[in-house]
Amino acid sequence: MLINCPYCGPRDLAEFVVNGEAIARPDVDGDFDGPDIRAAFAEAVYLRDNPAGLHREHWFHSAGCQSWLLVERDTRTHEIVKVEATREPERAP
Amino acid sequence: MTFSGFELLKNALNGQTGWTPHWRKAQPKASYDVIIIGGGGHGLATAHYLAKEFGIRNVAVIEKGWIGSGNAGRNTTIIRSNYLLAGNIPFYELGMKLWEGLEQDLNYNAMVSQRGVLNLYHTDGQRDAFARRGNAMRLHGVDAELLDREGVKTMAPYLDFDNARFPVQGGLLQRRGGTARHDGVVWGYARAADKRGVDIVENCEVTGLRQENGKIIGVETTKGFIGAKRVGVSVAGNSSRVASLAGLRLPIECHALQAFVSESLKPVIDCVVTFGAGHFYISQSDKGSLVFGGDLDPYPSYAQRGSLAIFSDVAENAIALMPMLGRLRILRSWGGLVDMSMDGSPIIDKTPIDGLFFNGAWCYGGFKATPAAGFCFAHLIAKGEPHPAAAAYRFDRFASGNVIDEKGVGPSPNLH
Repeated sequence: MLINCPYCGPRDLAEFVVNGEAIARPDVDGDFDGPDIRAAFAEAVYLRDNPAGLHREHWFHSAGCQSWLLVERDTRTHEIVKVEATREPERAP
Repeated sequence: MTFSGFELLKNALNGQTGWTPHWRKAQPKASYDVIIIGGGGHGLATAHYLAKEFGIRNVAVIEKGWIGSGNAGRNTTIIRSNYLLAGNIPFYELGMKLWEGLEQDLNYNAMVSQRGVLNLYHTDGQRDAFARRGNAMRLHGVDAELLDREGVKTMAPYLDFDNARFPVQGGLLQRRGGTARHDGVVWGYARAADKRGVDIVENCEVTGLRQENGKIIGVETTKGFIGAKRVGVSVAGNSSRVASLAGLRLPIECHALQAFVSESLKPVIDCVVTFGAGHFYISQSDKGSLVFGGDLDPYPSYAQRGSLAIFSDVAENAIALMPMLGRLRILRSWGGLVDMSMDGSPIIDKTPIDGLFFNGAWCYGGFKATPAAGFCFAHLIAKGEPHPAAAAYRFDRFASGNVIDEKGVGPSPNLH
């Protein structure tokens, strides 16, 4: 599997570490110990879409430029559709 | 028909013409009391215990392919109850006791072989960690022995004891652990359930979960709508896909787990051995093949095949532990699709939808749990309350901080 790092070019799978599904830090404000925000964080930390199909994931180029990448990949075929650098936190939908 | 020595003799004399199919290829009725989605080991075991223990026989098992074609047909056959945490030990030990009586219960040869599971340790620190786990097991009444180097040499003389990087110092042994023939387990449960009136419907995929006023009323399938009062989802590897039919998101990420078999050999490994300095485990099947595996593939996948990088890693582990394995030819390799959860432990729980129950998140440990998961899921469906041994396997344990994290790596599914 080759991943086209936007900084380093196409590199082998072995140079990367997978974090998993790209999730956003909940865009919330208020009482962080209150039930609503706790529920929002629990959902963000623990629940996943986990689709069979196109999937947006966070990968880390550990043996290369050490950038965090947003990779769109088909989990049925492992085909990589898009790779972008991500310097902004993912926006919650 | 009950299998017995008498039946063998009778059929030897009548040209083997008296054997009957082990289960009916049922067509679905209009409705059932309970539908189990998923005809793997867990789903069929659930149907068997619903019928046998809880008297609920108006049950259908709906399977999209042929029964046992998922992870039940792809695992490395290991059975054991050598866990560390209090949330896990009673459950897996319930399972171990069910394994011990399984072939009598099912009247079926599932080749349950209690040949011993030996976890090797290679450092003083690891020895102490394994002693801790062995003591935790013994506190729950489960057998565990800590062997020293000489003890391991007696059991497994073929290991590389003096390897400079990974010297074998000893091992934690569960003598009652071992292996069972995965296909035999599936077929045995199918036959026993069918005998009690459970319909096993193959080649029937669930495409929708129909609800009315927050309550499940049945399933849409490729063979039409089938009504049900209660529905149990037991489709490890497809849990998120089926749950999404009810609008539910799960604390699960799917990964491929690879396994390998070698060419057949004369008996050489007579127990299950796990490597303490890497992730690798090996045993020998009754056909003579060495059956082994190692780490997960690290990226989410539904492809049921893994990468060469992991294959290479498993081979390195194998040769570090037993250099003789370097001479073997690999006959076959394959991948299964595992539900990795956010703490590495399973879920057997109700869902927010009345009448819809879930059994999944088994990570790579589902096969050994087959009898206990079936029993506890049947208990939950029949009584509406969890079995005490599975009481901690709930969805809400994540938000409430009661995770059962044997490895202690937190909410990273691919690290468990």
